[in-house]
Formats: sequence, structure tokens, C-alpha cells
Amino acid sequence: MNLLLQQLINGLFIGSVYGLFAVGYTLVFGVLDMLNLAHAAIFTLGGLIALWLVENAGFSIWLAFPLTTVVAGVLGLLLNQVAFAPLRKRSDSQFSGLISSIAMAIIFEAAALGLFGARSVRFPVGTVAVHAWQIGGITITSLQVGIVCVAALLMVILTLFIGRTRTGKAIRAVGESERTATVLGINVNGIIAFTFFVSSALGGAAGILFGLYFNNLTPDMGRSIELKGLAVIILGGMGSIPGAILGGLAFGLSEVLTVAISGTSNLRDAVAFGVLFAILLIRPSGLLGRGKTREA
Amino acid sequence: MNRLLVEKISRSFGGVQALDDVSFVVEPGTIHGLIGPNGAGKTTLINILSGLLPPSAGRMSYKDRDLHRLAVHQMAAIGIARTFQNIRLFPRMSCLENVQAGQHLTSRRSLVPRLLQLPSARHEDRRLYKKAMETLARVGLDDKAHYQSRNLSYGERRRLEIARALSLNPSLLLLDEPVAGMRQGEAAVVADLLRSLCREGMTILLIEHNMSFVMSLCSCVTVLNFGRVITTGSPTDVRACREVVEAYLGAGEPHA
Amino acid sequence: MDYLLQFYAIYGSVINFIGINALLGLSLNVTLAAGMLSLGNAAFAGLGGYTAGILSLHYKLPYAVSLAGGACTAGIVALIIGLPVLRLRGVFLAMATLAFGEVVRLAAVNLNITGGAEGLTGIPQATTTWTIYLVLAGAAYFIAVLRRSRLGWGLMSMREDETAAGSLGIHITYYKVVAFVVGAMLAGLAGGLYAHLNYLITPRDFGFFIAVDLLTYNIVGGIGVWYGPILGAATLTALPEVLRGVGVTAGPIRMGINGLILLLVILFLPNGLASLFSGKRSAAVKAATG
Repeated sequence: MNLLLQQLINGLFIGSVYGLFAVGYTLVFGVLDMLNLAHAAIFTLGGLIALWLVENAGFSIWLAFPLTTVVAGVLGLLLNQVAFAPLRKRSDSQFSGLISSIAMAIIFEAAALGLFGARSVRFPVGTVAVHAWQIGGITITSLQVGIVCVAALLMVILTLFIGRTRTGKAIRAVGESERTATVLGINVNGIIAFTFFVSSALGGAAGILFGLYFNNLTPDMGRSIELKGLAVIILGGMGSIPGAILGGLAFGLSEVLTVAISGTSNLRDAVAFGVLFAILLIRPSGLLGRGKTREA
Repeated sequence: MNRLLVEKISRSFGGVQALDDVSFVVEPGTIHGLIGPNGAGKTTLINILSGLLPPSAGRMSYKDRDLHRLAVHQMAAIGIARTFQNIRLFPRMSCLENVQAGQHLTSRRSLVPRLLQLPSARHEDRRLYKKAMETLARVGLDDKAHYQSRNLSYGERRRLEIARALSLNPSLLLLDEPVAGMRQGEAAVVADLLRSLCREGMTILLIEHNMSFVMSLCSCVTVLNFGRVITTGSPTDVRACREVVEAYLGAGEPHA
Repeated sequence: MDYLLQFYAIYGSVINFIGINALLGLSLNVTLAAGMLSLGNAAFAGLGGYTAGILSLHYKLPYAVSLAGGACTAGIVALIIGLPVLRLRGVFLAMATLAFGEVVRLAAVNLNITGGAEGLTGIPQATTTWTIYLVLAGAAYFIAVLRRSRLGWGLMSMREDETAAGSLGIHITYYKVVAFVVGAMLAGLAGGLYAHLNYLITPRDFGFFIAVDLLTYNIVGGIGVWYGPILGAATLTALPEVLRGVGVTAGPIRMGINGLILLLVILFLPNGLASLFSGKRSAAVKAATG
């Protein structure tokens, strides 16, 4: 019983990081109907840049975190400007946008490799003070709690933002129909750029949290999470933010439970992708997704 | 008989009744017009008749054959060709290639003779090329055969779509606004083309908003409004029908 | 003559890889030319490679039979998953095929018969450069002819506009499955060739990134012509060597250049490098050859 609870806690924790990552993915998809495969690369750069700030510039993690998040957002703006905006007018923009994002992902990863080296690095000891609490046989570390809190906070802020503010509504409008949004006087280009900023900032933040927890950063750490992120947004429904959050949690839980039940980590990913495959065949719109694609 | 029978066709989308109990007959070898205000359900009907959409209720038959549950490509195989309201040409192909693509059902273009470079393959290619150029000439586009289809004028693209539909060797042509956006002269050319096709035995059902075009060309006209048939009859009868006038000019309450 | 032998001694493996990558690129071209964004060909190559390797290694079957077995296995699996998967459009199809690829890769890592994460070793080294290029030539010819056949015209029409293509009598689902299976068999064949090239095949050889590579060959080379993927594969496989030759040895820079090329192509030359050449062919010639 304790073991199960422990696994649930672990699953919840890793699930919240997955959710944060997936939210960025789904935000861009919801607005543009395009998959941004460079998201994982920004995730990686987020972790690495934060590490650099802490190690070399002596920043505390409390400063490095928001700073890096902003930098990641700026990378997102760059991504939009270079790779997505020029292609929006094309008839096959979904496809060419995908390719473009792959190209930028390669470039970003090359930059990460070149700037930070290929070996794995870790945050210096003492970056985050870690306490462990024992509650009835279950161990929870302050790091875990902190990560879950930060992730949850960011996701709640985002959900409120999208739902309640004018800009959030504008984002949703562009997601429904770009043409109508333009007619309504919404600055579509600006909204799209802003969406990329937010999406990439969240991706970068997820990277920092991921790096802090596993304490093992490599230039290709985005790879393992990239496909999982895709699986999460399919599961939760593409374009749905609550779906991404729920999907992330579900995915994290299923991962952890599969390992616990089968005793090895071998089946873990296979089960995850098998489920993804099945979902795509049975209900491609996912748990909470929109059935239709957006109008031009 | 090459007759098209539409019996009580209905189609709803969620709560919206797009078509309600639509019935009419298209006699073989005639040009039949389908008119009505915007949103009357004309394109929906064509989509159903070409297999793109299933009806919610009703029957349709062509050549005494029930069209129920036939897929789009099967409809084409029994001789029903169509054009689209918003023109669906193959943008990256030339005019000639668009028409050659339409020769799918009338060509063999088999793989094995081609792999073996047999003369039969070359013969067929030449035959298809000739046929395609003839079809282009028929719609007056043979001089633009190698132009990319997306570089044509709006009217030329409509004519190209007709040419591509013709290369199926159809017996029933469903045209969705074939002369929309065309000048008087261009529309008259298309009218002549349709008349000559009709003389050769083709049956044509066309949607149009260009009234002089419809009235001068069609031997029979069906008027739709709010998904229902108001009347079917000769152009003169339809013009005189009070309900039709009301539908277009909006006098009186719409049907529930 | 001596120079050629020397050249081959140094660059032999690159030449081999160009050939295999070109074949893989071609296999993806069949589905891309129909407008399907299937990214499963790396997995099919893996299926074919492992099957061929197992047939040669454990069952001691002759080389050609093993290759055929690999290709057929890939084809059969494609047929099974094709029908449900090909109902998906665009990005969803891409993700389903990627997921499929991951499942295959993970199966290879975890099963005993495939040698686990270490891969299958000790496969007889039966592939020569000649074998590769002969098969490539045959496949290229086949694809080039296919494009001008009824199936080819149908696939091209589907890529341009699926709805309109259907209205012309083209059986969309059937053609999609055929394209998918043909592509899978070619990929399986390439996988078999690869497995017998260097004694071994590992799960890493056909993962997510290989799948992306195949797409890149097609984009950079051009989807619309049969020699596009070959051009793309040759360019991108040879590029690291060329760069190394002019002194650019740093891994990150070579990787960055790969990404940059892809970016420049998709932004400014969307029909690939091949469009630089096909513009020169007179349109009349192109149309007359039907």
C-alpha cells in the first residue's frame, strides 16, 4: 500500500513536469494547428542555460529560473520569426512548418552541443536545499514538492490567463479562426508571436525543473521527452490545455506504475507508445481535444 | 435509362436540416438547372449525388442503379463526374496534367509494360496525350496546355475543371457554379460547350446563380429554398411561379 | 585506377551509406508523393533488417532469401497496420507512425531474439557496394516508372487534392495502402542490406532520428521527382565528410549546417534541390512523355 502511494507521488511529480512541457506544445498547436518540434530543444536549452547561470554567473536558482524562462521565451520569438512566420501564407503550411521546426530543432541542439559540450552535467550541490519528509512510510522531498508547486503554479496562471484576460481571449480567437480574428481587429501576428513566447518559456521552465530533479543534463535530454510530450498531447487532446495537464499527469502515473508492476523499466516506454498508437486509432481527438481543425 | 432519380433526399447536420424531402428527376440528355438563394442546400445536394456525403434519408438512383452507399470513386466509375464550387484543381500540375490525371478511369497505364519499355505503353501515352489535348481544345484551353493551373484566370480555371471532369468520359455531369465569376462572353462559350455535350447524349445537372445563363440553357429547372424543393419545371413556368419570386425577393415568411 | 581504388578504400563506407540512405529515402518518397506524412519507414527498415539478419544468422538461409523475407515481413506488417492507421491525416498520421516506430524499436531492445540493446551481431557480411547500387538502380527505375503509371498518377492527384482525386474515380484508401506497403517493402529491403553490411544491426539504427533523417533527404532533395530523395541522401550523407575534408571537424558545426540546409531549403527552395534541375527540362517534353 505504501509502495503504491509512493509510486503515485512519484508519478504525480514526473507527470507535472510532463504536463508543463506538453502545455507549451499544445498551446502552439491550438493556435496554429502546427506542431513545433523544436519545443524539446528549447526545453534542453532551458535546463542548460539555467545551469550555466547558476554555475558560472553565480546566480541563485531563484533568479536563474525566471531569467532563463524569459530567455527561453525569446528563443521562441526567434523560432517564430525565422521558421514559422514566413511559412504561414503557404498552402501546405502545416507540413512545411513541421519541417521548419525540425530544422530549428537541429540547429538549437547543435548550439547546445557546441556551447555546453556533450558530457552530462549537473546542478552544483546546494543549488536547491533539499529536505526529505517521512509521512507514514512515504518519502517526499522538498525538491519534489517545489517542482510540483512551481509547475502547478505556472499551469494555473496560464489557464487563468487564457480564460480571463483579453489577450487570452485573443489567443483563443486566433485559434478558432484567423480570418475572423483579423476582422475583429486582433493583431494576429502579434498574438502568434506572444503565444510562441509563452509556449517556449514554459518549455524552458520544464527543462529547468526536469534538470533539477534528475540532476543530469545533456544536450540531447530533449529527445527522451519529445516523443513523450507528443504522446501526452494526443492523449489529452491536441489544443486543449487542461488536456495537456491531465495527460501529463496520466502519462507520468502510467509510466511509474508500469515500472512498479512489471518490475523493470523495459516495458515502460513500449506500453506508453502502444497506448498512444491505440488512442490515435480509436479516438484521435484524445480525452479532451477538439474534434475539428481550425479554419483559415 | 440514363435517368437520375432523386427521391425524398434529406440531410441534416446536427440540428440543421440542410435538405428536406428533395425529389426531382433529371431526364437523360437534358440540361437541368438547380437554383435557389444562398444556403438553400444546392451544393449539399451535389455532394450527396457525387458520393461525398451520405443522405440522412431518401433514395437516389442513376441508370436504374441505386446509388445508396456508393463511395466517391464508385460514383465516378458509373459515369458521374463533377466540378466543385470553390474549384479543386491540382495546383502544382499543368493544365494538360490536370486533364491527364482525370484520365484515371479511361486509361490502363499498366506497370509491367512500362517496366519492360514495351511499345504498347508508348502508344497508350500518345493516345492519352492526344485525347487530353482534344479535351483541352474543347474548352478552349489547348494553347495554355503547359501553363501551371494556378496561373490561369478564374474563368479559365473553371473551364479546366470542366475539361478534367470530361476526361472521365462521364454520362452525367454535375456542375457546381460552372460560370461563376465569368464575363458574358466566356459564359456564352461555356453554354455552347454544354449544349454540344448535351447533343452528344450527356446529361447535365448544374447549379448556377447566373439567371440568364440558366434560363437560356436549361430545359428543366428545380428551385430549392431552405433545403426544400419549391418547384420543378420549365424555365418559363419557374419564372412565373410566385413562390420562387418570393424566395428570391424575400417577401413573406420563410417556411418553418 | 589506383586513385579510384584508394578513394574507395577511404570512402567506401560513405559510398555504401549513401546507397542505403538513398534507398531508404526512395522508400519514403512513395508515401510522401501521395501526400501521406508517414514516418514509419525507419521502423520498417528495422523490421526488415532484423528479420533478414535472423533468417541468415539463426536459420542459415541464403542471402537473397533472407533479404526477400525481410522485405516481405515489412510489407505484411504494413498491410496490417496500414488499414487503420491510414485513415489518419497529416500530423496525426505522422505521430501514429512515429509511435509505431518507437514500439518496434523498444521491442528490438527488449526481446532476446533480437539481441536486446546490443543488437544482432555476427550476421554474415554479404552486402557489397555493387549489391547496394544494383538494388538502388532497380528501385529507382521502378519508382520512376511507377510515377507515370496509373498508380503514380493516382498518388500524385491524391497529394494535390484528395477530394478532387476521389471524384476522378481514384480509390483513395486502396492506393494509400498500396503506397504504404510498397514503401515499407523497399525500406525492409534496405534494412536487410544494411544488416548484412557490417555484421550487426542495433535498435539505435532505426529510431526516431533516422525517421527524421529520411524525411530530410526527401525535403532537401525534392519530393516531386524520383531522383529527389537520392540527391538529398547523397548530399546529406556526404556532407559531413566534405566538411571534414575542408577542416570543419567539430560535431556541433556539422550538425548545425545540416539543420541550416534543411531550413534554407524549406524556406527558399520548397521543392528541393531537384527543382533546380527540373526547371531546365522543357515543359513540352515533360507533358509529351505522358
